[in-house]
Amino acid sequence: MEKTAREPLFSKKNRRLLIDPMNENNPITVQVLGICSALAITVKMKPALVMGISVIVVMAAANVLTSLLRNLIPNRIRIIVQLVVVALLVILVDQVLKAFVYDVSKELSVFVGLIITNCIIMGRIEAFSLGNAPWKAFLDGVGNGVAYAGILLLVAFFRELLGNGTLFDYPIMAQLGVYDMGYTNNGMMLLPPMALIVVAIVIWIQRAKTPSLIEKD
Amino acid sequence: MQELINIFVKSIFIENMIFAYFLGMCSYLAVSKTVKTGVGLGLAVTFVLTITLPVNYLLENYVLKEGALSWLDPEFAEVDLSFLSFIMFIAVIASMVQLVEMVVEKFAPALYSALGIFLPLIAVNCSILGGSLFMQERAYTSITQATVFGFGSGIGWLLAVVAIAAIRERLKYSHVPGPLRGLGITFIITGLMGMAFMSFMGIKL
Repeated sequence: MEKTAREPLFSKKNRRLLIDPMNENNPITVQVLGICSALAITVKMKPALVMGISVIVVMAAANVLTSLLRNLIPNRIRIIVQLVVVALLVILVDQVLKAFVYDVSKELSVFVGLIITNCIIMGRIEAFSLGNAPWKAFLDGVGNGVAYAGILLLVAFFRELLGNGTLFDYPIMAQLGVYDMGYTNNGMMLLPPMALIVVAIVIWIQRAKTPSLIEKD
Repeated sequence: MQELINIFVKSIFIENMIFAYFLGMCSYLAVSKTVKTGVGLGLAVTFVLTITLPVNYLLENYVLKEGALSWLDPEFAEVDLSFLSFIMFIAVIASMVQLVEMVVEKFAPALYSALGIFLPLIAVNCSILGGSLFMQERAYTSITQATVFGFGSGIGWLLAVVAIAAIRERLKYSHVPGPLRGLGITFIITGLMGMAFMSFMGIKL
């Protein structure tokens, strides 16, 4: 993708960068990146939201930084340079989380640190921002980050609602009065394996709607 | 000794990197198409985990932790460098991976070409950094414990990746609904295997 000098900020091509990750090029369900941390923190909406925002911030910033540095980084050591840039940003995010939302930060435990090795960030840096201008890299980072956060929230929504009967800790099922009708929470949803199965169902629905994504074997 | 065995068994079965924490999922999904690459990467991950954990343990206890620097000079007893741990751990891991890459390239060229891109990517395999961060969080009391934990986690990862690769090889002959083919069915199988592994939690250790 060559860059023309007078391209408007939100040209069609740039808008695609932002929108593509939402469906056809979704980081989790299509590119298969960033699954590592995506599943473990989706038991509840709140940690998922915090994690999603952290990833968007780290990703946008890391993409811009590496894109600015792209002509300076020697090819052989680029992975270490990328890791250092990302680690720096994650340390900042971690300190901010510890200062302002300590309980969520405790809940996320090691998974904040694991943003560093989140494949989605390294993957986008490798595949995109090392070859593109900062503004495009920024859009790509935000697009992928938002898509990632979207999947997190979707999975967390079903897991918290069905497993715990709450949303953002608000007891929605109790308010609706379904417990009186004999409904019980499905504790299974809170266990790790169900995260995988919920994601599999999301993938199933998405691919059934977009047949071009179906894998051939 | 019994404690070490506990840690070992626990890290393989109960706190399995893949089934309990989903760490290293990206490479797990990528290399599990055939058993051979699965075994190769699994061994590489085990090896890197086993050597990075003791190094990071020393780093954590003699440099980063609050008061850890007091062996240098009593006046450093107040210094808390733990906010630097991410960057230090990842630097250790990245250099260790570089080392492993060179060794494998020299002594096992066939394995090297089979692993291809995945070897350098171990540096960004979540399970490696995850191992170090769990070690920090759970505050293991000796370097042996940390090493055993690293080795056990690696074996657990190897076990998971070999099992799923074997299933996926067989899966080629079965009729999977189109939209689920490939990624989707792998997720579901991993989920089912995770449930099976959860039954190990019944064993109190």
